[in-house]
Amino acid sequence: MKKVLGVLAGGSTLLAVALILAIIVIIMSSIVSGGIGRLSWNFITTPPTEGLTEGGISTPIYGTVLLVLLMSVVGIPFGTITAVYLSEYTSERSRIARFVRFAVSNLASVPSIVFGLFGLGFFIQFVGVGMDKAFAPEGRVIFGKESLLWAAMTMAVLTLPVVIVSVEEALRNVPREYREASLALGATKWQTVTRVVLPNAVGGILTGTILAVSRGAGEVAPILFTGAAYSAQTESVTSKFMHMGYHLYILMTQSPNVRETLPVQYATTLVLLMLTFALNFTAIFVRYQFRKRLIRA
Amino acid sequence: MAEAIIESMPLSRQVRTNPAAKNADAAARVAITAVAVFALAIIFLILIFIFKEAKDVFFDAKKRDQVLPTLFMMPANENQAVWTPISKNPKYSLMPMLLGTLKTTLVAMFIAIPISVLAAIYTACFAPRWVREIVKPAIELLAGFPSVVLGFFALIAIAGFMQRLTGADYRLNAIVGGIAVSLTAIPIIFTIAEDALSAVPKAMQEASYGLGATEWETAFYIVLPAAYPGIFAGILLGLGRAFGETLIVLLAAGNALIVSWDFLVPTKTLTATIGAEMGEVVYGDTHYNVLFLIGVFLFVFSVIINSIAEFYVKGRLMKKFSGAA
Repeated sequence: MKKVLGVLAGGSTLLAVALILAIIVIIMSSIVSGGIGRLSWNFITTPPTEGLTEGGISTPIYGTVLLVLLMSVVGIPFGTITAVYLSEYTSERSRIARFVRFAVSNLASVPSIVFGLFGLGFFIQFVGVGMDKAFAPEGRVIFGKESLLWAAMTMAVLTLPVVIVSVEEALRNVPREYREASLALGATKWQTVTRVVLPNAVGGILTGTILAVSRGAGEVAPILFTGAAYSAQTESVTSKFMHMGYHLYILMTQSPNVRETLPVQYATTLVLLMLTFALNFTAIFVRYQFRKRLIRA
Repeated sequence: MAEAIIESMPLSRQVRTNPAAKNADAAARVAITAVAVFALAIIFLILIFIFKEAKDVFFDAKKRDQVLPTLFMMPANENQAVWTPISKNPKYSLMPMLLGTLKTTLVAMFIAIPISVLAAIYTACFAPRWVREIVKPAIELLAGFPSVVLGFFALIAIAGFMQRLTGADYRLNAIVGGIAVSLTAIPIIFTIAEDALSAVPKAMQEASYGLGATEWETAFYIVLPAAYPGIFAGILLGLGRAFGETLIVLLAAGNALIVSWDFLVPTKTLTATIGAEMGEVVYGDTHYNVLFLIGVFLFVFSVIINSIAEFYVKGRLMKKFSGAA
């Protein structure tokens, strides 16, 4: 009796793991087999044509790249500095540190669509409209509308916790002795942070950046109404832009003939998936390498 | 005497530092603290600015009379629509979406909890090292799937499969949406549960083996109960992820405003309502305000769930293990 129970209990846990792995394999193989036929160099380098049923996805790729670049320029320094504060400038028990940590963990759990609302309510309606009132010639709308700029800012806020957590972990892995040695040589805290601690935490900053970029390339909800467009020529940061995830969403829901675009949908999904996987694996690899190096040192 | 004073000084004061560097140091400290405080402020900014766009529902007399009486209205019969924000006689009842979110979340959690907790037990207690080194990155991979991709998969594969299985009239429904959403909750619950299970002190397991318990008895009766607070935290965070998921339900749950406990009819969730309708509203309109009000609900709910997970569960976990170890 006990043995039967044991086999059942142990077996059910093994089954659960097998099920998860199977699901991953099924999703990947169905997307790869569905998309590989359409995938070509041409698909990546030409813009969509014929009501999205023909052509490639060069403009969505271009828009995604612009979005994650702009997002990183703002989000990575911001996240890194916050992580430096948490790891270097306060003790674990300081009240502000606890508040910041709590705020960051909450930020990570807020639904992504709410970030979209925030982008619309804060960046576009408050900051953008405010900037127009102050700088734009009478009656012109330059900043107070959906644009690449505000979508990138929204995405920077969304990915902030990812950056903070990765960088902070890396900072904590830098051995205490490094800091003590630097301080003992007469360096100030700031010198120690910039010349000793941060160079040894580059791996963490890199990991955080890659994970944030991977998130930024795939998240659609925050850009639904902050700047993504069905079709756009992005000429400046105040233009709208196309985005791979959003493009896929449009293909599935709003193209004139959904069935006809199915091969394009598969291929777009495949490109998006390959991109996020490449990024995620690089992040895992970089983190692993740097951890190893520090442990050896 | 002098030595004692030097001893008591902070390390950085004992050596000579150039004054310019000292000033730079002080400036950097202020700047870094300011940035960190701004990071703290963001969470409040989010609440303030989504509430700002929703506040007319409470503070504008005309809108208040229009919205608040209908906000939780139940339909009198099956055919009465209670969310008609752009009709001449608008109604703003959130009941269809509340029920929709509840249904898809229930389905997602019903699937995600057993699978991820059992998988975590296997990984933490039974798995050989090499299996662990496959499973963990694989789960990280699953966590990295963009939700629009999972929505696509739900649309092309899960929907057809489930329709054949259940014989449902509609291809897209709460079950299909819920299954796809569970794929986003599984990595979260698994990761946190696995951490909690692995953190249970080895001594407890060894004591259990010493008393003659088998491997599975130890896993289920000793390790699992000890890790309950952590697993509970994981489940809460998974729940937060599940009800806040937008793209998957937007694509795969069917988006129909039906007030029904039937899981096989098309369903619209709170998040999908914002996602689908925000693009078409007039700025400052009542409809616009109500969509932001839904955002406030989602925000507050996620913060509550996260706070319970943070304070209550982490605190208990710490106490338990610091007492045991």
